[in-house]
Amino acid sequence: MTLMQERAAPEKPEITDRASRERRLGLMLSAPAFVVMVFVTAYPLVYAVVLSLYNYRLTDPEGREFVGFGNYATVLTDPVWWSDFGTTLIITVASVAVELVLGFVFAFVMYRIIRGRSLVRTGILIPYGIITVVSAYIWRYAFQLDSGFVNQWFGLGAFDFFGERWSALFVITLSEIWKTTPFISLLLLAGLVQVPEEYQEAARVDGATAWQRLVRVTLPNMKAAIMVALLFRTLDAWRIFDNPFIMTVGANDTETLSFLAYRQNVTLVNLGAGSAISVLLFLTVVIIAVIFVKGFKTDLSQVRGDK
Amino acid sequence: MADRRVSPWWTVSGLVILLWALFPLLWMVSLSFKDPDTFRSGTPTFFPENWVWDNYKTVFSDSLFTSALRNSVFIALIATFLAVIIAMFAAYAIARMDYPGKKFLLSMALAIAMFPQAALVGPLFNMWRNLGIYDTWIGLIIPYLTFALPLSIWTMSAFFRQIPWEMEQAAQVDGATAWQAFRKVIVPLAAPGVFTTAILTFFFCWNEFLLAISLTSTDKARTVPAALSFFTGASQFQSPITYIMAASVVVTIPVVILVLIFQRRIMAGLTAGAVKG
Repeated sequence: MTLMQERAAPEKPEITDRASRERRLGLMLSAPAFVVMVFVTAYPLVYAVVLSLYNYRLTDPEGREFVGFGNYATVLTDPVWWSDFGTTLIITVASVAVELVLGFVFAFVMYRIIRGRSLVRTGILIPYGIITVVSAYIWRYAFQLDSGFVNQWFGLGAFDFFGERWSALFVITLSEIWKTTPFISLLLLAGLVQVPEEYQEAARVDGATAWQRLVRVTLPNMKAAIMVALLFRTLDAWRIFDNPFIMTVGANDTETLSFLAYRQNVTLVNLGAGSAISVLLFLTVVIIAVIFVKGFKTDLSQVRGDK
Repeated sequence: MADRRVSPWWTVSGLVILLWALFPLLWMVSLSFKDPDTFRSGTPTFFPENWVWDNYKTVFSDSLFTSALRNSVFIALIATFLAVIIAMFAAYAIARMDYPGKKFLLSMALAIAMFPQAALVGPLFNMWRNLGIYDTWIGLIIPYLTFALPLSIWTMSAFFRQIPWEMEQAAQVDGATAWQAFRKVIVPLAAPGVFTTAILTFFFCWNEFLLAISLTSTDKARTVPAALSFFTGASQFQSPITYIMAASVVVTIPVVILVLIFQRRIMAGLTAGAVKG
């Protein structure tokens, strides 16, 4: 929209030549990014909203009919949606909570360690860079009965981790934690480095214990970094797909919302209900983001870099 | 800072972290050398009883894997290249210029970074089939570069902000246009940031799975993560586990090499966009 207006009225008298040239160049340089993002996300999302109002299966294109919000009613009254919602919530809360604690420990060690510092920092990047599907296979085969060492090592006999919901979710979450803790720990390390050392010094002089310094000085001064790391990881975990797909294919109530959207849209080509799930999934993400930004006052201007 | 003793405890903790990060890789390598024929017999052990190369031979003679590897390499490289070029222009404008729509672009990039890709597989699946780019390289390259753009734009604009302004102005005072100043002065200074962004973008494209299985149907465009999930082994009587692990080792090698060489850059890049210094 702004692009069009700018082209239509290039030279306003109150804008100097140079400023106007700068504005035009700025818009030109941003245009490709803008166009691509609209084409691949905004347009398909609108398309999904439209499709979600129809009863439309690719296997029966003739039967396409307008059903209004009928698909939404169907999805929201279906126990599968709520079961998958619950699974996604469990995985998200468990993995983000563990990662926050673990990530903080990692960040603290990376901050303090002197001998072997770059070795640890290099090693921790490996899980970050590894393909999620590969991580899922590694952990699956470690726990799987016919290939894994876990049952032998921990004397679990013939316990099938993927045979029931909670143990399967445990392994899925473990793979997720292993793969993404490095990211959160690096964000926390960046926040930790910014806490002025003088604050620590002052607290020490005042007789604060190490624990008090951590809780009263370090953590409050890292709030921005912690909130940003939490927001990003929460939304990332909420979209979890690869791990359950590879490990359980959604068996035993381990299907997540992204998996449900994939299954309805791609496997079953049930585009009407599938699009309704897509739109609902999008809305859950918006709600989580709003909770963080408004509820927890996460400062996104830092992230956006426009401050 | 003053009384920070060089306690061996930190080094020990560092080793524990290292073990946690690398132990699963050891398991992957170990599985990839197990004998596929005797794999199912007896109690599973951590290390192979006899180390064999069979799995790697099978993997490289399997066209499902070799074509997937080719698709992965080219799709990831092309998408990375395009994303970095497009993001470089936008990041430059964001870091250096004042223009309407700048805030909107940044907000949009942020929204897309949080976007659930699964919400798009349905519409994209449909659109791509209508456009005739379903199951093609370009059909994956377009969404990959789009989802890589937000990260690329932030990371690069964060790097670009640290570039000394005056040098560009000096070039303009000397008669260079904004474009010339960009090309001759900023690009050389910005190269490290651009390169770092390229590594992170490559990791993203190399890793992507959901779109890869949703927008492809044959080995024409199927990438390695997608192919891995279809891998069934040399024959139906053998377990595919050892093959999948051999293929996994192969596609993990580039990641390990990039991490080993560019550790500092990757760390700087990961934190540059997200938490401002």
